[in-house]
Amino acid sequence: MELEYIEKSSNSITSVILGTGSTSLKVGGEDALPFLYREGKNVSLPIIAHEVFDSAPSDWAKSLKDEFKSVINKPIEWALYCKNELNAKLICLRLSSAHPDFGNNSADKLAKLCRDIYAKVNLPMVIIGCGDDKKDNQVLPECSKALKGKNCYFGNTTIDNYKTIAASCIADGNGVIAHSPIDINIAKQLNILINEVGLPLDKVIINPTVGALGYGLEYAYSIMERARLAALMGDKMLALPFICFIAQESWRAKESKASEKDNPDWGKELERGIYWEAVTANSFLHAGADILVMRHPKAVEIVSKAIKELTNKGIK
Amino acid sequence: MALSGLDIYKLLPKTNCKKCGFATCLAFAMQLAKKASSVENCPFISQEAKDKIISASLAPIKSISLESRCGELILGGEKVLFRHEEKFFNPCAIGIIFEDSLSEAKLIEKISDVKRLSFERVGEILTVDVVALKYSGIDAGKYIDSFKAIINNCDFVVALICDDTDVIKKVVEIANGRDLIIYCFGKEFDIEKFSHFASNKNLSFVLVAEDLDSLNILTLKCEQLKFKNLLIDTGEKNLSDKLWDLTQIRRLSLKKHIRSLGYPVSCIIEQTSPEAIINKASCYILKYASMILVKSDAPEVIFPLLTLRQNIYSDPQKPLQVEPKSYAVGQVDKDSPVLVTTNFSLSYFTVLSEVEASRVPSYIVSVDTEGMSVLTAWAAEKLTPESITKALEKDNIKDKVDHKKLVIPGYVSVMSGDLQEKSGWQVTVGPKEASGIPSFLKKYK
Repeated sequence: MELEYIEKSSNSITSVILGTGSTSLKVGGEDALPFLYREGKNVSLPIIAHEVFDSAPSDWAKSLKDEFKSVINKPIEWALYCKNELNAKLICLRLSSAHPDFGNNSADKLAKLCRDIYAKVNLPMVIIGCGDDKKDNQVLPECSKALKGKNCYFGNTTIDNYKTIAASCIADGNGVIAHSPIDINIAKQLNILINEVGLPLDKVIINPTVGALGYGLEYAYSIMERARLAALMGDKMLALPFICFIAQESWRAKESKASEKDNPDWGKELERGIYWEAVTANSFLHAGADILVMRHPKAVEIVSKAIKELTNKGIK
Repeated sequence: MALSGLDIYKLLPKTNCKKCGFATCLAFAMQLAKKASSVENCPFISQEAKDKIISASLAPIKSISLESRCGELILGGEKVLFRHEEKFFNPCAIGIIFEDSLSEAKLIEKISDVKRLSFERVGEILTVDVVALKYSGIDAGKYIDSFKAIINNCDFVVALICDDTDVIKKVVEIANGRDLIIYCFGKEFDIEKFSHFASNKNLSFVLVAEDLDSLNILTLKCEQLKFKNLLIDTGEKNLSDKLWDLTQIRRLSLKKHIRSLGYPVSCIIEQTSPEAIINKASCYILKYASMILVKSDAPEVIFPLLTLRQNIYSDPQKPLQVEPKSYAVGQVDKDSPVLVTTNFSLSYFTVLSEVEASRVPSYIVSVDTEGMSVLTAWAAEKLTPESITKALEKDNIKDKVDHKKLVIPGYVSVMSGDLQEKSGWQVTVGPKEASGIPSFLKKYK
């Protein structure tokens, strides 16, 4: 008796290219659930994006700050450090200093920063604004212009704020990150709207919003599973790669930061934060994540190993 | 897979003979679907149809129940491939493996370390469930002594990883009624030697074979020998092959009704590095393992894994809720601050732990938002000036404090004016994230 149950998909995830030339990356393209390479022709090969901030983050755990001590105030050096020391293939630049309450840096200044980082580092980039819609609509189009033709991805676009950013990405040959609040219907709706203003689907990556381990992880996990199943069954408007902001969530968890002194039974503080990030990342790998945005180099190392093992075709 | 009333009706004689006690075959079918009657009540049904109805009513994945003084441990009994289809039912057991080479003193120390692996999250205590003892094949006496030390020093279910059937028999004799899981490892392991134990409900056996066809042969053989409590394991493999096996076993038992593979699945992680354990165990927890045995008892490794298990086995249809009411935290008095949050467990317990950390005695009013979190409840109009006012009135919080000052979550600051008007309480906007509560409360008043 041949004991095997193969699921055939009628659709595959749209392939999305980030960057240009020899450093460009392909994500998406899967025609089966994650890592079930025996029933799909295209295995997923998720990519880890290293997160770089335009200004020193104030709320990071000490163990995390220590890792980037020498570069934390210097975004260009920070990005170079990720490339040269941590073997980064993709940079996620966070423009938090654009926020009116936290620096209010100008569009010109941040556009120059984007251009400078790209010139020095020459890696594909995902650029995330400060979250203030009005300011993002000023800053991100300038940054997109500065990276014209570089095929970078800009976000977050949301259902209430996508037109300005999408339009500049169309003009500059860039793409967008489409952000929805753990909601499969909004995710789909936003992809349709972005597509309607003229951006092709292979220039869109879904940010489905994730929760940290212990803080709503399971909600995002199930939404991503449902979206991916629908995509493989033929829903083209959901058949796009996922980007998951792992570290921003996992390092907010109390369990990542609490000291050993206050919680002697929780084990070593440094490792706990790293494993919290790694387990959060691992979970979303199995839900279909294509890009994981991560921080701690050690967590990146662990999850890279998981990706390598999961995509190892093994025997048979 | 369960049959509907109509599916069952199609298998009945459709003569409406009333011998079953119901007016029509359809009425009888409906009762069968609800398991309120037995198919035996129909004298005219074909054997084939009867078998079909009975086998469809059995769980596609059998479950086993293990008793220990820590409580009942149920493994298996799963019904779906994806938790959003219904839920994952019985949280996978997590166990720690001890080597028999440990000295008795060291072993007892290790046992007390494992007992300390207990973490409170969202009102639940997370613990490991199993300790396993691995036989090094050198000294049977030492193995038996180690086993005695384990049962004398802890209440966990014990798993024996031992390829020597004679040693296992000796252990079983002294097990004193404790529930044991016996790993049938190694080429020499002949399960028939244990067939007289087959119906002993204290003993569960893990059958190990590298591929599903061989496992299938093993389980069929054990079924003939009347073994009741079985688990299966496809042995040590690389992660991608293991994920394939676990997925295939779950799919074949649920979708093709291959009952010979419908058993809870166990996995042993042989590597000792925390990284390997983190990667493999997170995959196995998410993807269908019912028991995972690991060689680390480091809290920083076990805590995230137990948390992942708690997340994945929560009921997606029913957000964890706390009773909506006011909770006193610490030695409250008439001046204590009053904080508002939702009755979603995660919101409530996150606020609770931060209020405790602040050491400022306070009241937390958990508003009935049907288990929605702050922002979701606000968007769905469950956390509104009206619902908050109602919660304040219902609990007569105004009799418990001498002030009328209220703190609301930072994310719903827009409602403060309206709330102030409707409730008559003076509203202060608190931090957006619960982590800001301690510093907020220290400055508040």
